[in-house]
Amino acid sequence: MTEMIATRQAYGEALVELGEQNKDIVVLDADLSKSTTTAKFGKKFPERFFNMGVAEANMMNTAAGLAACGKVAFVSSFSIFATGRAWEQIRNTVCYSGLNVKIVATHSGVSVGPDGASHQCIEDLSLMQVIPTMTVIEPCDAIETKKAVTAATRYQGPLYIRLGRAAVPVITRREDPFVIGKANILRTGRDVAIIACGALVANALTAAEVLSKDGIEATVVNMHTIKPLDKETLLQVVKQVNAVVTAEQHVLDCGLGSIVASVLSRNYPVPIEMIGIDNRFGQSGEPDILFKEYHLLPEDIIRAAKKAVGRKKQ
Amino acid sequence: MKNLQNLDIKSLEEHARIIRRHVIRMIAKAGSGHPGSSLSAVDLLVALFYNKLRHNPRLPKWSDRDRFILSKGHGCPALYAVLAEQGYFPVEKLDTLRQFGSTLQGHPCMKTTPGIEISGGSLGQGLSVGLGIALAARLDKKDYRTYVMLGDGELEEGQVWEAAMAASHYNVDNLCAIIDQNDLQIDGFIHEVMSSHPIPDKWRGFGWHTIEIDGHDYPSIIKAYDDAGEVKGRPTVIIAKTIKGKGVSFMENQVDWHGKAPTKEETERALVELNG
Repeated sequence: MTEMIATRQAYGEALVELGEQNKDIVVLDADLSKSTTTAKFGKKFPERFFNMGVAEANMMNTAAGLAACGKVAFVSSFSIFATGRAWEQIRNTVCYSGLNVKIVATHSGVSVGPDGASHQCIEDLSLMQVIPTMTVIEPCDAIETKKAVTAATRYQGPLYIRLGRAAVPVITRREDPFVIGKANILRTGRDVAIIACGALVANALTAAEVLSKDGIEATVVNMHTIKPLDKETLLQVVKQVNAVVTAEQHVLDCGLGSIVASVLSRNYPVPIEMIGIDNRFGQSGEPDILFKEYHLLPEDIIRAAKKAVGRKKQ
Repeated sequence: MKNLQNLDIKSLEEHARIIRRHVIRMIAKAGSGHPGSSLSAVDLLVALFYNKLRHNPRLPKWSDRDRFILSKGHGCPALYAVLAEQGYFPVEKLDTLRQFGSTLQGHPCMKTTPGIEISGGSLGQGLSVGLGIALAARLDKKDYRTYVMLGDGELEEGQVWEAAMAASHYNVDNLCAIIDQNDLQIDGFIHEVMSSHPIPDKWRGFGWHTIEIDGHDYPSIIKAYDDAGEVKGRPTVIIAKTIKGKGVSFMENQVDWHGKAPTKEETERALVELNG
């Protein structure tokens, strides 16, 4: 059986490991350190951990000040507060100044579950990718999260990593490569390409297996870096199949699907179907029920893939 | 490495007059900018950069330098003039303020202007950055100090008070806030638009050592900077009462001079007044 681990758990563990090696790493949190798991770092390195209280705007700019003095500043909260409440601080101070601040936010998507819409951030990919010079990453599992956090530490400049609350299946292996801005092709097929990020990558793989039984062979791409998008791999993959499904736990507006569609429409127009949240807020409920309600399941991806393939033949 | 010139009061006043002349000429040439907010801050800036700050204009990134952040970024013409006169870049550059391709952007930009510690212009953000720098100094066991200048209209931004709370919580005595209290904001007097009074009580309530001075009186300004450096265990705020448009009679205390450039005739009148 596939192991289930929340990406946020992997984040806390990665911070402790990296903090041992790199004394310039500092971590800031806004009274959510147990949930974001940065408390693990705080316990090990109390002098380099700053709990800034429930005040995200100040936290973001305090991180900017630390980064301006050579620190690698990790800032964590729930996605909605990190990217929503502190958006203008990220835009005007962190990114405009080009500072080495790593915003790693947990509790993205409807998989937050019972806390409901106020805490389910489904807009953060849009909010972050729209800022000039920002890099945006959503790892698909715990192993990839550790690699992303490690890569973020080495990367110079502002960067956002989107993590989740709920446990998700571990689908990548330790030996798999992870390079910021370089998509990973997990499976190749001749009929359709499923471009997914985060928790939807596992569902895309499940969908591809079912599709195969129906005679449709799907390529599955783990597009862990949403910005800068790996246009080269995207175009290379799509030119083999001429039909695309995008899948994300995010609003359809200005998320992964929109960015993929934008690249394809300018370079290589093909039928595209999109899996994501269509102009709605989330709500309370367990993640699996919400995934069904918001059409984020493998069966939804299967339906979209068949539709995309059908449109190709028209 | 220090650049302390320890100038006498008369020399400081003379430098301030030169800075004010630059401010008027720069904004007139640019055709836009904020003369009122620049002129109110000049004496606080001159006393700091000419007599207090540990810095080296030839090495703007020197790791042990004291840091200064202009959180009220729209007053940057005054800061640019001080930086140019101190040797961070040629004085001739001041003529390019706000022009396409200039290193002197309409609001401070750390990537283009030597001596600018952080890009700014959006009010309320500088004190938090100063707190981060102060915490970094403590982690690195460095003795440099961080100064952040805010406007009194800027105190209406909630983030200022988040930063005030956090700086007090972390006992950063290497952080000094300077309030350029000129009593005006874009839409009118502070007490008419959105009162931030009583300002000293608020800072005391947040746990800051609070000093109140006349922001155009050099002995008071210098003493305040010196006293701030002696305070241990908590941050210091210097609340400096200033006059918006200080030094140009027809600009003083006039809300309309917050953000407009003087005409040719007004520029000449202002420069005559500033000839001393």
